[in-house]
Amino acid sequence: MDMNQYLDIFMEESREHLQSMNDILMKLENAPQDMSFLNEIFRIAHTLKGMSGTMGFNNIASLTHEMENVLDSIRSGSINVDSKVIDLLFECFDKLEKYVNNVEQHNSEGNEGSDELIDKLKSLNNTKVKNRDLVEELKDNHMEIEINQYVDHAINKATEKGLNVYLVKIHLDPKCMLKSARAYIVINTLEKNCEIIHSTPSIEDIEDEKFEFYFQLILISKQEKEVIHKELASISELESIECIDLINESYSVKRETNNNDNLQEKEDTEKIANTLLDKKEETISKKSKTGKTVRVDIDRLDNLMNLVSELIIIKTRLEDIEDSEKKQGMNETTEHLERITTSLHDAVMKVRMVPIERVFNRFPRMVRDVSRELNKEISLILSGEDTEVDRSVIDEIGDPLIHLIRNSIDHGIEDLETRVQNNKDKKGTVKLAAYPDGNSVVIEVEDDGGGIDIEKVKHKAIEKGVITIKQSEMMEENEVIQLLFHSGFSTAQKVSDISGRGVGLDVVKTKIESLGGTVEVITEKCKGSRFVIRLPLTLAIIQALLVNVGSEKYAIPLNNIKEITTIATNSIRKVQKNEVVLFRNSTLPILRLAKLLNVPNVEDENDEYTVVIVKKGEKDIGLVVDDLIGQQEIVIKSLGKFLSNIKGIAGATILGNGSVALIVDTNSFF
Amino acid sequence: MSNDTSALNQYVIFKLQEEHYGISIKDVETIEKVSEITRLPNSPSYVQGVINLRGEVVPVIDLRKRFEMEIKENTEETRIIILNIEEMIIGIVVDSSSEVLTIPVDTIDNTFDLVNTLEDDYVKGIGKVEDRMIIILDMLKALNITAS
Repeated sequence: MDMNQYLDIFMEESREHLQSMNDILMKLENAPQDMSFLNEIFRIAHTLKGMSGTMGFNNIASLTHEMENVLDSIRSGSINVDSKVIDLLFECFDKLEKYVNNVEQHNSEGNEGSDELIDKLKSLNNTKVKNRDLVEELKDNHMEIEINQYVDHAINKATEKGLNVYLVKIHLDPKCMLKSARAYIVINTLEKNCEIIHSTPSIEDIEDEKFEFYFQLILISKQEKEVIHKELASISELESIECIDLINESYSVKRETNNNDNLQEKEDTEKIANTLLDKKEETISKKSKTGKTVRVDIDRLDNLMNLVSELIIIKTRLEDIEDSEKKQGMNETTEHLERITTSLHDAVMKVRMVPIERVFNRFPRMVRDVSRELNKEISLILSGEDTEVDRSVIDEIGDPLIHLIRNSIDHGIEDLETRVQNNKDKKGTVKLAAYPDGNSVVIEVEDDGGGIDIEKVKHKAIEKGVITIKQSEMMEENEVIQLLFHSGFSTAQKVSDISGRGVGLDVVKTKIESLGGTVEVITEKCKGSRFVIRLPLTLAIIQALLVNVGSEKYAIPLNNIKEITTIATNSIRKVQKNEVVLFRNSTLPILRLAKLLNVPNVEDENDEYTVVIVKKGEKDIGLVVDDLIGQQEIVIKSLGKFLSNIKGIAGATILGNGSVALIVDTNSFF
Repeated sequence: MSNDTSALNQYVIFKLQEEHYGISIKDVETIEKVSEITRLPNSPSYVQGVINLRGEVVPVIDLRKRFEMEIKENTEETRIIILNIEEMIIGIVVDSSSEVLTIPVDTIDNTFDLVNTLEDDYVKGIGKVEDRMIIILDMLKALNITAS
């Protein structure tokens, strides 16, 4: 049977599963006793086993099988979770990832077996600690009370607030065909008015139809018992519904069972129920995050995007007609059309947006490994993971960020002794933050390390022949920092495999600029440094200012524009052949767009010039143009492979009248 | 199969400076009348600019400049041949173009046998149809595209 058609699905899903396995392993490392994490990893390993087995990937299947065994032993308490076990699980994870990568590249998982790992897992499974059971049992009892306390606590709270607590027992009709669906209707109906705080079996098991014809739920509700009963009674295929008020009737009895008297009897069921309850909570929280999704091929989205672009062009065209002929009623209609196209554009853009979490997810693990390797204690703080960026950015931004984070850990954070000497926390902090800012997304990588040593950078730059000694004396701090982005530059004393190959920051800058973004560095000695990446929110459609230069029209992205002003010709001064003007108490270099773009037949004699001030990071440049046409939404079209890297031009767009206007790449003038 | 082999021998014929040139029909998408060409600054001199071809921005190359011939104003006859080579869409400006000819392989002379007066080796061969000589071009080389 041809499995190729399923490969894509397999890849997508296994990647997803591996990602969550990685996340949960990290969490488990921090909270080894948390059963819910164990259960989750177990579930993932199990799913992977099933999937790979079906696809005939035996190495993955056998490895996950052995992982399952170990996890099961951990779950039953015969193996204790320690760093050795976690490390082993991480190793397994790496191996699995390698297999999946192989599948992606060669359509097969490769021949390399995982016997070594399997042996390790097996031996781990055999050295079950004796006497463990007793300790574990005690621990379980403890946990059980704790979790019961949670329910107990919830019930108490509810009572305090004057809410009702009910135990609802449902028997399904034995003839019922879709038990889980029926149960789902019951739960759904109840959730309208109540909060379900506990269920036996767990919600997840109910959804998986892992129950007979009976289940019970504990609810908190404002409603009277009769109302709930009545609502449930309207659902068909229920054999019996029993609604017990826990506050008034049996709750006290139940509380007694919690007090260890009646423990043995209820222990097993309660234990399972409680761990499952945890699991349920997690699945619920997970569900609320992912919501209902459809997987769509990116090509189809691109196609949709192109259609929207066409629509916007036509819309602009309509606006032009309206301008020239002033037809009655046309105005309103075009405005309406504009509203629709704008929201359509927004909607399509949103479809393409992915939370940056997808990129951030892999960093905790990376930081863990790198910090071990370098023997530095690092805590990584992530924020703004739900910031959304375009899918095309997600695919590209990962590598630059890896470089920056590695740099921060390797160069930024000082070694232990230095930190102690400087009265700093032993543990270094690397912060990774993302947030939207107007029409762009900002990603910051910040460390609390030693900051960038300006003198060292200068020294190194001279050594590498990037600048001369004379130049170095003239340079301002800011300019020195920019040297870091120069190709062939690395300040690390020791060359490690983490950084210090001297290509890092150069590549980072190029990559980010190719995405239409900028990168800045803010650094303070002994306090740390911060790399600020600014990326445009959308890549395909932007707001731009249309200008006339000679007889030609050009578009300047609004993102890059700081302000527009007029400057008197006689205020322009020449400094070493460069034109500058004093503007708002600082010098502003003036460039003539006509000259930069070799526009023919431009009249140069004017009393004053229209100047568009564009910015890149902290720097400003004034661009002299002939006329302003106005602001417009433009669709960026690439000039194609044949004309890649034309200086000063970032792309082209089609105007309302069908002619082509070029988009000015203002960043290239700095 | 027979269709394929005949297509291989079909050439789009165009005129440039009184000479007839042929491009394999596989490389040709469409032939367009000249529309507004937007000048592209800082590009190689033979790039005349870009045009809007049904919503796509397509670069246009002036073959006269590329072949270092004298520059001529566009006329009613001037055409842009839209090529699709190596998945790139490129237009070339020619004096006129109006026919597609089938040139059997055995009537094409290899230029290695002739004295090569053109500086680059973008001439694949010389085809003879009736009394006409047709210079068959290798567009990859003529446009300086390195095959990927």
